Amino acid sequence: MRKENQADIVNTSEEGPILKIEHLNISFRQYESGTHQTQLDVIRDLDVEVRAGEMVAVVGSSGSGKSLLAHAVLGILPYNAVQGGRIFYRGSELTRERIERLRGNEIVMVPQSLSYLDPLVKIGKQIKRGRKDKKTADKLRGIFKRYDLNEEVEELYPFELSGGMNRRILISTALIEEPRLVIADEPTPGLDLRVAKRAMGHFRELADMGAGVLVITHDLELALETADRVVVFYAGCTIEEAYRSDFEKEENLRHPYTKALWRALPQHGFQFIEGTQPYVKEMPEGCPFSPRCDMCTPQCKGEVPYREMRKGRVRCLYAK
Amino acid sequence: MNQHLGKRIGNKMIRMILLVIASSILTFMLMKASPIDPLQANVGQAALGSMSQEQIEKLNEYWGVGTSPVKQYLNWAFDFVRGDMGTSLLYRQPVSEVIAVKLMNSLFLMVIAWGLSGVLGFFLGVLSGMNRGRWIDRLVKGYCLLISSTPAFWLALLLLMIFGVWLKVLPIGLSVPIGVEAAGVTLQDRLYHAILPALTLSITGVSNIALHTREKMIGIMDSDFVLFAKARGEKGWILFRNHGFRNALLPALTLHFAAISEIFGGSILVEQVFSYPGLGQAAVSAGLGSDMPLLMAIAILSALIVFGGNMIADILYGIVDPRIRKGGAG
Repeated sequence: MRKENQADIVNTSEEGPILKIEHLNISFRQYESGTHQTQLDVIRDLDVEVRAGEMVAVVGSSGSGKSLLAHAVLGILPYNAVQGGRIFYRGSELTRERIERLRGNEIVMVPQSLSYLDPLVKIGKQIKRGRKDKKTADKLRGIFKRYDLNEEVEELYPFELSGGMNRRILISTALIEEPRLVIADEPTPGLDLRVAKRAMGHFRELADMGAGVLVITHDLELALETADRVVVFYAGCTIEEAYRSDFEKEENLRHPYTKALWRALPQHGFQFIEGTQPYVKEMPEGCPFSPRCDMCTPQCKGEVPYREMRKGRVRCLYAK
Repeated sequence: MNQHLGKRIGNKMIRMILLVIASSILTFMLMKASPIDPLQANVGQAALGSMSQEQIEKLNEYWGVGTSPVKQYLNWAFDFVRGDMGTSLLYRQPVSEVIAVKLMNSLFLMVIAWGLSGVLGFFLGVLSGMNRGRWIDRLVKGYCLLISSTPAFWLALLLLMIFGVWLKVLPIGLSVPIGVEAAGVTLQDRLYHAILPALTLSITGVSNIALHTREKMIGIMDSDFVLFAKARGEKGWILFRNHGFRNALLPALTLHFAAISEIFGGSILVEQVFSYPGLGQAAVSAGLGSDMPLLMAIAILSALIVFGGNMIADILYGIVDPRIRKGGAG
């Protein structure tokens, strides 16, 4: 239970973001046909900020490598991954040593499914990470009460849990610590709407209790119900950062892809656009959305910066 | 729950009885099919030549040469069921007594070898799996591959040569010192004589369990739950204690109980090399000498021990793994 000394923290102000990620990129070394090595750029340019008490959703399609964002922050990327860009936590850079010290107490991850729990360890022991002191036990009892879980659940093994409990159990692993930053990786996989909404609600509560919450999800609709801000992730890049209120009207949105997403929502007519996201190995030059965009010009083949616009951010030359 | 367990044990018992019947018939048939003439093997060509026809008749009767195989088997089976394992033709003692002595010798050897190879193999496997790709992993893997491609008897000869002949630090054979009364043999003597054969068996037994545990450990280290444990700040020994140990131990335990058969098989060869008077050596002499009752009894005993090993593995799995114990989704 080491807490950071004040001395560790450089230029922290109350309003400064808890987590700030700048130009994060992650690639994998791969061997093709023997010795030929290729580099697979899964995340190319990702920018996110999370403030205390705020819930930010990174929304991207399934299989786009969003989970790697969570793994990068926690320093648990696989050995063949190469990571670039910078991650700041409470004002100073989140180095290897620092994350190893902070993960599991100040910075916690909430995994997406029960397969992230050890099948042979009882739930209670697992949530407490083996700690046997009375304080932790009392805390767990409090969490269970809050989430309406029976005390007997502590004695169960993961395979004995019913589907409805899973979310609350997984989120309990975060609450047992004193998290300042919670990263939830795809918290609503295959859940029915009612359960999914409740799961997002639990994360909202964590934010309201003062933690910074970063939710990584494929479900824009759910994200809009609870998150303060939404960051849209497309083909390895963040292409727009918008407030929840921006999604009330299409004109308030900045990027053509976000607008397309907006039109694809059920309440806005389920309209879809042609094409799919480009695969990592066939990435177009410049703007990744250019092949599907009707505003595309030759300039889009060049560098497209991520720029500020109306309090949000956008990666498009022609956004207004 | 209890009814379920009772049914399972009942099932196992039926299987065990079938196994005993099948292995006894098979052993008997193989024995009958063997080209060894019991008289020639045990009395000798020269001695037979100087015997009268009557004497030969008597010997034939003693070794059961004339009797019909079916009748012979049924006689044996009938006695066996009543608890009479017959008299060993070679040792001229009740089979039960012969086996009791040999079994004690062998068990002594095998329990040491089995325990040692299990603990060492598990430890090496875990070490290797948790350090995949590093030099320690390569070392363990190389050792295991080398050992598993080495025949047990060859290794036995090698160790015998090094420690028994060249260095002269360990006895070259037997289970007790030569020229000492049975009553004067101490436990130290026995242990001293068991070192080499037990070592040989352990060394060969290690590779299987180590390689298996290594694979399992790699799988565990790559699993989601270890990733999450790392994300919660666990690493090194704590990570292993909390998540690695139990998950790796279960399959290792099953494998090791099932591997009793291998230790058993290996012990026959190793006992032969070290002239160690155990069950394995008795089996060889019974086979070569057409000692039907003894061989049958040894075959059945071996089958039972191997069966017992597998059964214990099965039951243990049920006790240790909550998914099976609680009869849930598993």
